[in-house]
Amino acid sequence: MEKSLIIRDLHVNVEDKEILKGLSLELEKGKVHAVMGPNGSGKSTLSYALAGHPNYEVTGGEVLFNGQDVLEMGADERAQLGIFLAFQYPMSIPGVSMANFLRTAVNSVRKARDEKPMRVPDFRKMLNEKMSVLKMDRSFAGRYLNEGFSGGEKKRAEILQMAMLEPKVAILDETDSGLDIDALRIVSEGVNALRNPDTSVLIITHYQRILNYVKPDYVHVLVDGRIVTSGGPELALELEEKGYDWVREQFAVPA
Amino acid sequence: MAITEDQLRQEQEQYKYGFSDPENYVFKSKRGLSAEVVEEISYMKGEPDWMRDFRLKSLKHYNKRPMPQWGGGGLLNEIDFDNIYYYVKPSDRAENSWEDVPDYIKDTFDKLGIPEAEKKFLAGVGAQYESEVIYHNLQKDLEAQGVIFLDTDSALKQYPELFKKYFGTIIPPNDNKFAALNSAVWSGGSFIYVPEGVKIELPLQAYFRINAENMGQFERTLIIADKGSQVHYVEGCTAPTYSTDSLHSAVVEIVALEGSRVRYTTIQNWSKNVYNLVTKRAAAYKDATMEWVDGNLGSKLTMKYPAIYLMEPGAKGEILSVAFAGHGQHQDAGGKVVHVAPHTTSTITSKSISKEDGRSSYRGLLKVHPEAEFSKSNVRCDALLLHENSRTDTYPYIEIENDRVDIGHEATVSKVGEEQLFYLMSRGVSEAEAYSMIVTGFIEPIAKELPMEYAVELNRLIQLEMEGSVG
Repeated sequence: MEKSLIIRDLHVNVEDKEILKGLSLELEKGKVHAVMGPNGSGKSTLSYALAGHPNYEVTGGEVLFNGQDVLEMGADERAQLGIFLAFQYPMSIPGVSMANFLRTAVNSVRKARDEKPMRVPDFRKMLNEKMSVLKMDRSFAGRYLNEGFSGGEKKRAEILQMAMLEPKVAILDETDSGLDIDALRIVSEGVNALRNPDTSVLIITHYQRILNYVKPDYVHVLVDGRIVTSGGPELALELEEKGYDWVREQFAVPA
Repeated sequence: MAITEDQLRQEQEQYKYGFSDPENYVFKSKRGLSAEVVEEISYMKGEPDWMRDFRLKSLKHYNKRPMPQWGGGGLLNEIDFDNIYYYVKPSDRAENSWEDVPDYIKDTFDKLGIPEAEKKFLAGVGAQYESEVIYHNLQKDLEAQGVIFLDTDSALKQYPELFKKYFGTIIPPNDNKFAALNSAVWSGGSFIYVPEGVKIELPLQAYFRINAENMGQFERTLIIADKGSQVHYVEGCTAPTYSTDSLHSAVVEIVALEGSRVRYTTIQNWSKNVYNLVTKRAAAYKDATMEWVDGNLGSKLTMKYPAIYLMEPGAKGEILSVAFAGHGQHQDAGGKVVHVAPHTTSTITSKSISKEDGRSSYRGLLKVHPEAEFSKSNVRCDALLLHENSRTDTYPYIEIENDRVDIGHEATVSKVGEEQLFYLMSRGVSEAEAYSMIVTGFIEPIAKELPMEYAVELNRLIQLEMEGSVG
């Protein structure tokens, strides 16, 4: 199977404290991987470190995107390569409309790939199509980025950005948190609609709930900064049933 | 434009550019300021006695007043007033040549994509025929409606009575030290009279008055909107206003008579050696609406607080102010509203941005007289800091002299956060672009009030300011 992202022995410090302690994980093209872990296991650290947040200090290991080391790259360069992070807590940017922001982002990525900027009518058409997949009202495009958005709207806006940027590796950081069942379904349907043979999806979550809607091909369990076990979708159900303590005992990880 | 030497910081350089070769000028006053120089200015302009006396009286006020120590206080002390030429005959402006304009100014014009003709105008080098034609056509159309749109010197000659009736009535010479200075040595500026009931649809732009003086060192502008009339005046331009002048001290007076509507938009980007000390004031009468839209970029120090006096019931005033203080700059800006009459309303919205060690201050006065019952006012000032060493201060003076008023005041200071930058960059946007997105978003409420082309240029200018500021 072709790999899109290879993480080997990744060590990451946050404010001088080691959070990821030799994490290894390989993502396959076109597949959905779920990383499940309890609070404090390093889930968000993993997503920020992959996206290139400057405060997440990589002290060891490597991250290869289609064979290319990305650890020296800024967040913008990684995004231009095709790494996307859907934030757990998206920031609001007053005065910048969703549409303007998306057009700047899409064209930044195109520019980095030596492609011409998208024509305005083409962009609008694409935006409208993606918005209808996510059941978003057209007025959304004119609203300021995340400003005054409800929890569900923010998450949908993240998925819309993902849809517009067409990443090769999409990381969803606790996208299910704070969503009611209807919002979760809409967001999940959006993610499913965007699945394609070229894109790997990495769902980072505490709960198994979202995996009822977005079926993972692989499930990995993150405990104390390391992937301790991996398996198929059935592993998620087992976790749900037996809890994370079971994993700790099973794999002798100190609680 | 009255070209004079920049005596403060770049003397050697200015000589190199040859702007100040005395042989190029037909008439140039002596350095420094004296009654003799003022009389000479008035004589050279062929002014009536009353104007000469007005200038002399103003000079006395100027000499008596101490240098203000607030605002840019310390910086003002650095101006060497004795070393300035207070008047250079404007017709000699054409002597300057495009070749003499520094490359960095030309580069900025290129980046902004400004047409050649406008570039030359902005650089203060000579007229351009095409624009002259546009200007003359505009003139014909306006004249048919009885609109007067002239440079201020010509207006004094052609419309002496109208001129005298209003000149210096809104901002008297003894108002402040720099208004006194301007009153003593003013030259150029725009004069506009809009007759009763005439509504001018297109904004009047100083740009079209290409042959006339309008961006001089001590320009003087007077706008009179007669009953029920309407005018939008757009001053300056978003390109860097290149000036060899180190001191720019203008006075703008506006009379908005009953039921009229006046909007005055300024977007200025002075070169970074300029002291920009401007007094702007409007009087709004019964049911009149006055709006100042004021954008300040560039300059070393700007002190500017557009003011509106709401003189009669139903008068409305609105001030929108944007200031951008980059490296080594201090923008002391804001607004001033005085509610003189009852049932008057006002809004002040100020947005300031400080980059690197830039400093921006909001300085505002809201005053409500005892008679001005049932007045409403809302003041909002927001500051955005881009870097750790950026600075902002707020000086909101509020004097309310009666209880039956509705006053709101809100001030915020925000910093561009690492998380915001990371969020935008994680979508493929570069750091510089992320910064400029946050900044343009911040000023969006004001940019949307500008004519489209000015809003676009303002945003591009800010992008230019942001380039190279990060790393």
